This record gives sequence, C-alpha cells and structure tokens, in this order.
Amino acid sequence: MHVAVYVPLLLCLPAPLGARPLAERCEPRLATWLLTASALVLGAASTVSLGLLAATGLLRVPQLAALGHWSAHTAQRDAPAELSVALIAGLLLGGALVTAARMLWRRARTLASAAVDAACMPTRDGLVVVDDEVPDAFAVPGLPGRVVVSTGMLDRLDRSERAVLLAHERAHLSGHHYAFVALAQLGASANPLLRPLAAAVTYTIERWADEDAAARTGDRGRVARTVGKAALAQHSRPAPPRPAGAALGILGFLGRRGPLASAGPVPRRVAALLAPPLDRHRILATTTAAVLVAATLATAEATRDLHLLLETVGVS
Amino acid sequence: MRGETQDRGPKRPNGAREAEILTLLHRADAALTPGEVTERLGGGLAYSTVVTILTRMHAKDLLTRTPRGRAYAYAPVTDDAGFAARRMRTVLEERPDREAVLARFADTLSDTDADLLRHLLDPEQKPGR
Repeated sequence: MHVAVYVPLLLCLPAPLGARPLAERCEPRLATWLLTASALVLGAASTVSLGLLAATGLLRVPQLAALGHWSAHTAQRDAPAELSVALIAGLLLGGALVTAARMLWRRARTLASAAVDAACMPTRDGLVVVDDEVPDAFAVPGLPGRVVVSTGMLDRLDRSERAVLLAHERAHLSGHHYAFVALAQLGASANPLLRPLAAAVTYTIERWADEDAAARTGDRGRVARTVGKAALAQHSRPAPPRPAGAALGILGFLGRRGPLASAGPVPRRVAALLAPPLDRHRILATTTAAVLVAATLATAEATRDLHLLLETVGVS
Repeated sequence: MRGETQDRGPKRPNGAREAEILTLLHRADAALTPGEVTERLGGGLAYSTVVTILTRMHAKDLLTRTPRGRAYAYAPVTDDAGFAARRMRTVLEERPDREAVLARFADTLSDTDADLLRHLLDPEQKPGR
C-alpha cells in the first residue's frame, strides 16, 4: 500500500504525453478505443487510490474508532500515509466524485434530449434536410439517430461529396461515437490530468468516421477534399487575395510538420487523409495496454492492503 | 419512443415536455388552446405549466398563435424543414455540453487553418489566384 496506492496517480502524469502520438500515429479506431479505455481506467484507478488514502485517514479518527469499535491506535501505528496526505486525498476525492457525477448527469440529460429531438425530426432514411442557406451538417445521437444537413451545405457539394458527408455522419451514429466521447470525458472529469486524453478522443472519432467514409466510398483523397470544402464553406471569411502564397512561404520554410503541429483538427484530418493510411501502431498500443494493466494491478494490490489494514485494526 | 413520451414525471426536462407538446400539436387537426392541450395530455401537467411552456415555445418561434376567445390557440410552425431547423437551433442550444453530443462534419476554422487547408487541398495553387 505504501507504494501501490500512488502508482495509478503517478501513471496519470505522463498520460497526456501519450495522447497526441496515439491520436496522430495510430489507426483511428484502435486509437479511440485505447484513449477511451485509458481515460476510464486511469480515472477510476486514481479515484480509488484517493478513496483508499482517505480511508486510512478516517481509521485514525478516535471518535469514529470508538463508534466502530476498532483500534485508532493501531491504525495510527500501521497507517501507510501521513494524516495530511489522507486529508488532501479526501478533499480531492470529494471534488472528483462531485464533478464526475455532475458531468454524468448533465450528459445523460443532453443525450436524452438529443434522442427526443432526433425522434421528433421528420425524416427519410435518417436524413433531415434543413432549408437553410448557412452550410452546416451534423449527426444527432438517438434511437435511431439523425443526420442533419442544411440545403446550404448540399448546394456546395456534388453528388459524390454528398455521399462522403453522409457516410461520415452515419459512421458517427453506427459507431456510437458519442458514447466514446462521453466515457472519456467522464474519466477526465474525475481526474483533470486526463483531459488531453478526452480531447484526443473528440479528434480520433472524426478520423475514424473519415476513414469509414473513405472505406465506403473507396477514395481517401475525395474524403479529404470534401472535409476541406465543407470546412471552408463554413468559414465566414472569404479567401484573401493571396492566401496560398503566404501559406506556401510558411510551409516551405518550416517544412510540413511545423504548421500542422499547431493546426486545428480539420487541417490535421485532411493531411492524415492525404497521407498513406496509418497502421495499428504496435509499440504505442502495447505501451498503453501495459500502463493500464499496471494501474489495475496496483489498484488491486492497494485495495488488498487496505483490507489487511482493516483486519489488523479490528474493523469487523 | 411513444412509450417514453407518454411517461410523465415531475422531473422531466423542459426539452422533453416541449417535444411531447409539439408532437401533440402536430397530430391535432387544428390549433389548440392551453386548456385543450392540458386536457389531451391527460392530467400530467398543470394548466399554468402548459401555459408557461406554450408561451416559451411561441417565443422560440416553434409555435404560431391566434387569439381565440379569451385565450390563444397554438399551432406548430407548419413547414417541416423549418420546424426541424428551429428545433435544432433552440432546444439543443440550451444545453451547455451540446457540442460534445452533436458530431459536426467540419469544425470551424481559424484564419491560419483556412489558409493551411487551401494549401493542403491545392498545393499547385498560384499566389494571387
């Protein structure tokens, strides 16, 4: 317990560093699974660790010991952590549980209201066309979900591009991508250190849907052009007189990785689609799995140790 | 879905109540007064609550209303597409985490992203095109 209880907390520290490589270098479907599992497992394990540490503190409170007929003295002697550590853990635990519960409640309500909205939308084959000049397209999760596209968006796309857009949005619905986002954000709400993992999931589900659309339409380049076209159509500012020249200069100077590293999700998606498809990055996947196994084993070990401590102090 | 909308409890979110009333108004042949809506809901909601909800939905352009007697009679905005558009813009936008639930095809771009994107899509593009 002296060591094991801290392992999940320590494993959360380097987790954000792994988020970006997983999102950028691993096949998106596998990356989504790994990132979501990491956020959930590390979020749960670190919360359990805080709970265990807080419990060792509670065991040392004489009034509680008198109530429960155990030995506060033995708890004091055998306690694996300082009282101050237990106190801080208790406060963090409270915060983690409150934020996680609030997030879960809020998301459940939003998903329920989205499902009601989806069910109320008049549709043909799950597609809702909204008469609106502003180009927009999105998927609303539900039972079943709906794909909403504005006429402004449809007008700007040709036949094959519309097929790409529909395939992309339907991939979100059939893959239950909103659930991955919600679960990863649940882990991150319990432990703010895991936020980069949740942020990476919102990116990898887009990549997943892009690759799904590419597999369905058989043309990754066309998916790249459609995503770019749709994004530019929604971009309010018209093209400046010499956009390409400026961008070209920067690109030529810094090389291809430079501007993309700091770019938003859309250019990175397009670049990923224009590059060869990613494979399942063995090293990254194995490392992630090893971290998750270590966190789980450490939690099990620490829980067993607390159990032994409870027996020693005489909690029945 | 039908079973879910019929199931009324005191803690129902506003969006669900609005959706329920909208469905009811859509199925009705003519515009309905708050009294008629309350009656058709089967006693799940108080008259004053129904008035509040209908007023709010009218304010959101989800319903049109015409004076009838001492009350207003409410009808859904008729065109289906316009209705869907308004619902998306109003009901869901009340939620703080809406963006995390809706999967948008292409996110908004910063100006640098837009430039970068134009270059990625068309590397041969001549300056000052």
